[in-house]
Amino acid sequence: MKKKTLFDVIGPIIIGPSSSHTAGAARLGYLAGKIYGELPKKIHFKLYNSFAKTGKGHGTDKGLLGGVIGLSVDNPQIRNVFELAKQSNIDFSFEFLENFSRHPNSVDFIFDGNNGKMEISGASLGGGDVIIDAINGYKFNINGNYPTLLLIYKDKPGMIYNVTVLIQKQNINIASMNCQRKARGEEASMAIYLDSPLNEETLKELSKIDEIYFIRSLEEIC
Amino acid sequence: MLIKNINTFEDLLNCTNKNNLNIYEVCQIIESQENEISEKTIREKVKKTLDIMKETIKNGLISKELSTGKMTGFDCDKLQTYYKTQSSLFSPNAQNAILYALATAEENARMGRIAACPTAGACGIVPAIIMAFCDNEEIQINALITAGQIGKIISNKVAMAGAIMGCQGECGTAAAMASSALVCIKGGNALQIISAAALTLKNILGLVCDPVAGLVEVPCVKRNAFMTTNAITGAELALSGITSIIPPDEVVDAMYQVGTFMSPQLKESSEAGLATTKTGLQICKKMQEMYFNN
Repeated sequence: MKKKTLFDVIGPIIIGPSSSHTAGAARLGYLAGKIYGELPKKIHFKLYNSFAKTGKGHGTDKGLLGGVIGLSVDNPQIRNVFELAKQSNIDFSFEFLENFSRHPNSVDFIFDGNNGKMEISGASLGGGDVIIDAINGYKFNINGNYPTLLLIYKDKPGMIYNVTVLIQKQNINIASMNCQRKARGEEASMAIYLDSPLNEETLKELSKIDEIYFIRSLEEIC
Repeated sequence: MLIKNINTFEDLLNCTNKNNLNIYEVCQIIESQENEISEKTIREKVKKTLDIMKETIKNGLISKELSTGKMTGFDCDKLQTYYKTQSSLFSPNAQNAILYALATAEENARMGRIAACPTAGACGIVPAIIMAFCDNEEIQINALITAGQIGKIISNKVAMAGAIMGCQGECGTAAAMASSALVCIKGGNALQIISAAALTLKNILGLVCDPVAGLVEVPCVKRNAFMTTNAITGAELALSGITSIIPPDEVVDAMYQVGTFMSPQLKESSEAGLATTKTGLQICKKMQEMYFNN
């Protein structure tokens, strides 16, 4: 069990009623929205198991959508998010499903908009902790506790070096990282969890590396 | 001063005695060291949390809006009317404690902004006790930090989640924290603060989490009110010099054991207890029809 700090025990400030089903949902939505990178034109949510069964009464649907449009977990506007989303012409829909191979509080986000289609999956682990575990079929392990760099790129020698050397140049420590590829020489994914955020210059340098198809730099969220 | 490895109540008591410090001071030093922030910053952050708690109580006292599950949202108003028109059984402080707990828990159920303490479902208990028994902001901050330190130690062994430990891990932990906060407000010493937590915890062992329709409404909202009186009793006993025969750390061990023995059906799955009573099931069915049809 992760050791709790004072502010884990007294007052994570959230919109009720549930840290897993409302605040966790809002945090998941927020992370997913940042990964997509802009407001979607269309967003479809697939809620599974406990999220599907009790989600409406917990405001899980409102938390998820609120997060996607950028509301933080303590923003009272989450209560009125359906109206907000309609005003912004975001087409949103929910599906309630059962799949016991999935975590009890799981969700799939299916984004569509200017950044194309993207499918993101995650789960709310309790106490407001969450994990984004897949983006377009690539496995990730994103919890928002660290500034995080996400990349999808062509699998070839030197790519990890090319990326980490730029991080080193900004003198930032890597807390942990994971890499994965679909097959040798095909697409691969990299998630790097950092002790401090990357600056604009490093991101610009990163975008110059050939055959990186997707870059996202996520801030740490409290 | 460097303080390390405060993992148990015994460690905490030894540390306060050895260094002649209050529990809240020990907590401030640890947090300041571990997070590389000043004690002043910590107290400012705690004040912000207190402000949110006060705002939630204020909102809850006024609102009559129904909760999302429509099972709660109207009881705070009833209690206030009763206080105005009839003679209460409680002292004015205790009256406010159950009222504020109800106000906060109802706000939570209607998707209001709350400070989880330690969880959202148990968010009413600690603020209610602090605000009902103290109006000095510095002492309120000391009390909330004390409650936090007690919660931290319990959380080293016991998950603060109904799904893992039953309600004893949520409202039970909150009651112990509130009880310690109250002893702090009343000027009790570290032994009395820790004793209050242990005495209060002993009274909630085995408390199940059986919410109707899986929502944080029945029995959660009213339980927040009940737990304040549990906390007051724990504080009253501890202030009189009564201690727990079973040492506080062993009480937490017992709580953990009870939590692991408790059937999963009684831990937030809504598969037993109040959730599966005839009425509980009817409410659940009605709610699912309502949601899945639109």
